[in-house]
Amino acid sequence: MSLVLILVLALTGCSSSTSSNNESASNSGKTVIKFMHLWPEGSSKAQYTIVNNIIKQYEKDHPDVKIQTEILGNEQYKDKIKVLSASNELPDVGVTWAAGYLEPFVKGNMLAPLDDVIESDFKDSFVAGTTEAYAFDGKTYGLPLELNITPVYYNKEIFKKYNLEVPKTYDEFLKVVKTLVDKGVTPITLGNKDRWTGSMWYMYLADRIGGPEALTNAINRKGSFEDPSLVKAAEEIQKLVDMKAFVKGFNGLSNDEAKGYFMNEQAAMYMMATWELPNYTTSPDVTQEFKDKVGYFKFPTYEGGKGDINSYVGGPGVGLFVSENSKVKDEAKDFVAYLVKEWGKHSVQDAGVIPATVVDTSSGDLDQMYVDILNDLANASNLTLYADVQMSSSVAQVHLNMIQSLFGGQATPKEFTKKQEQALEDDK
Amino acid sequence: MKNVMSNKLAIALYVLPSLLLILILIYIPIVLTGYYGLMDWDGIGKMKFIGLENYIQLIKDKLFWSSTYHSVLLAVFSTVSLIAYLFISVILASKIKGANLLRKIYLIPMLLSSVAIAQLWLKIFDPTNGMLNKLLEMFGVENTPTWLADPNLVLFAIFIPIVWQYAGFYIIIYYAALKGVPEEIIEAAKIDGATPAQIAYKIKLPLISGVIKVTIVLAIVGSLKYFDLIYVMTGGGPNGSSEVIASLMYREAFKSYNFGYGSAIGFALLVICLVMTWVITKLTASKEDVQY
Repeated sequence: MSLVLILVLALTGCSSSTSSNNESASNSGKTVIKFMHLWPEGSSKAQYTIVNNIIKQYEKDHPDVKIQTEILGNEQYKDKIKVLSASNELPDVGVTWAAGYLEPFVKGNMLAPLDDVIESDFKDSFVAGTTEAYAFDGKTYGLPLELNITPVYYNKEIFKKYNLEVPKTYDEFLKVVKTLVDKGVTPITLGNKDRWTGSMWYMYLADRIGGPEALTNAINRKGSFEDPSLVKAAEEIQKLVDMKAFVKGFNGLSNDEAKGYFMNEQAAMYMMATWELPNYTTSPDVTQEFKDKVGYFKFPTYEGGKGDINSYVGGPGVGLFVSENSKVKDEAKDFVAYLVKEWGKHSVQDAGVIPATVVDTSSGDLDQMYVDILNDLANASNLTLYADVQMSSSVAQVHLNMIQSLFGGQATPKEFTKKQEQALEDDK
Repeated sequence: MKNVMSNKLAIALYVLPSLLLILILIYIPIVLTGYYGLMDWDGIGKMKFIGLENYIQLIKDKLFWSSTYHSVLLAVFSTVSLIAYLFISVILASKIKGANLLRKIYLIPMLLSSVAIAQLWLKIFDPTNGMLNKLLEMFGVENTPTWLADPNLVLFAIFIPIVWQYAGFYIIIYYAALKGVPEEIIEAAKIDGATPAQIAYKIKLPLISGVIKVTIVLAIVGSLKYFDLIYVMTGGGPNGSSEVIASLMYREAFKSYNFGYGSAIGFALLVICLVMTWVITKLTASKEDVQY
């Protein structure tokens, strides 16, 4: 049955767009680098254009190199990479996610370490804490392209209507929630069918209560998931649920559906990573009227908690890998370095994507929200990578399921932490 | 024709293409799935032979049994709904006005892709802005259910679109079978003074019993391996309360990277389907098909 699935995936994979700029490149004695990415022209035009321009420029500068691209949408990309890796046919260069996603590839010796590239081309140019997410046993296997932090977006108009201030502490936050509930307004929209969405709320509470180490240590087994602060964070989640802080039926809504409530001004707050920023700044599909209403605040501090307000849930999104079995490894590495560098120069302006390399905010005419976020990023005291990305994929599934149970009230905070402690322990 | 049938080589030649396709796409994967089920494999790295461990784990896995229960529940639900389809088809086939139009209307859901149906029903079930809850609010219901987010309701909420989706398919099958019942027999019955209900129950149904058996097998096996609407609408959630065997298999193999375990689930699903098919054929077996 599963093999049939793989076959089907492989077949659909083959039929999708394979664009090569000039055919039979091998005849002309050129070095061909195969590059797979996940920004199709249709759904991610901005990214597609940036990458395409970079490739054109690179081919111009290196007349003997030819970049052959294959482009798939997000989910198909993931599936195809899996099938390709099983048959040892990874492209020379491809897109990957950090930590837990990357781990089986690294363990299977599929990817080339890129420390030499970082050493020679990127000294101090990556934001601290970004390349680490791609590192195993001191070797880095991916160069990050994106970086996101997770603020809470809010609707200024709704806040104004009910005389609410942006909360700085968790108690103030609870008061805001309470007022909105009393007035019959949905305080927070959350699409917890996708589960990683609720995980971010839990992560912030864990961070503010137990400090950034609590959760990270539990995951890397220096600590325990049954740490009192992690239990406490789970209790706070259920308190929020009991207050009806989250949109009705959140466990059945996908993130996109939940987002609709915020975009339609039916909910006052929405927590999501900065990949949402284009919707509030540059996207032509959203009215200026709505964009003007959206502000953001940092997740408030918890009274007596160890975390500070400049600690963020977030981290690098996708990055680039070079295949260990590539016949053109050196050329591929050179191309990756070039791509990451050029990407850093264009991605904010052209696609609204914050790169993992340091951005110069003084030059371009960036939207104010971007400037603010980039400044926050510069002052960040800590970045905690999404829990489900930090964990290995089987533990991540347990974590995500437990998040849904916790929010839905089917698991007590104690059960919630215990199950994950078990899963982490079994996985060791 | 005679010549061809006597030439063994020609027979082999003609059978070969479809035989190859069936082997490559169906039988070999089945064997391989059973084989992968004996492995500890993340789908990427090296496989490790672990014997029956996956299958033992499967038997102990509560989630597997609750998923099986949900699948069986769906099978029961689909089988029971066959009665309704049959009823509708009997009426449709008895030359009522507008039967043609109605038949087409019933067929429409079948023409939609599962994902489109899922999107449609997601909108209907939306707890705040959804059509269903808005309707309930109009009738003065205050605490409208959250449907897909409610672990006790989600399964039934999702059965409705599934049943709706396949209604047209079964109605068409029954309709065609009923149209095949010879006109003379019915006329003879009418002359003997049989009521329409008697005709339907005592003559038409026995005559299409073969078709009914087939649809029961189709409904049960189809339900047991059902995947798409559930995957799109709930992803098996919340908390696994709408998880079915196929969605569990997908999750284990492709999300948790337990490819070996996922394969074991797939193989178990196959065995369950085979056993069920066998049981149904035994149960519904009659000595000979009804003839008048």
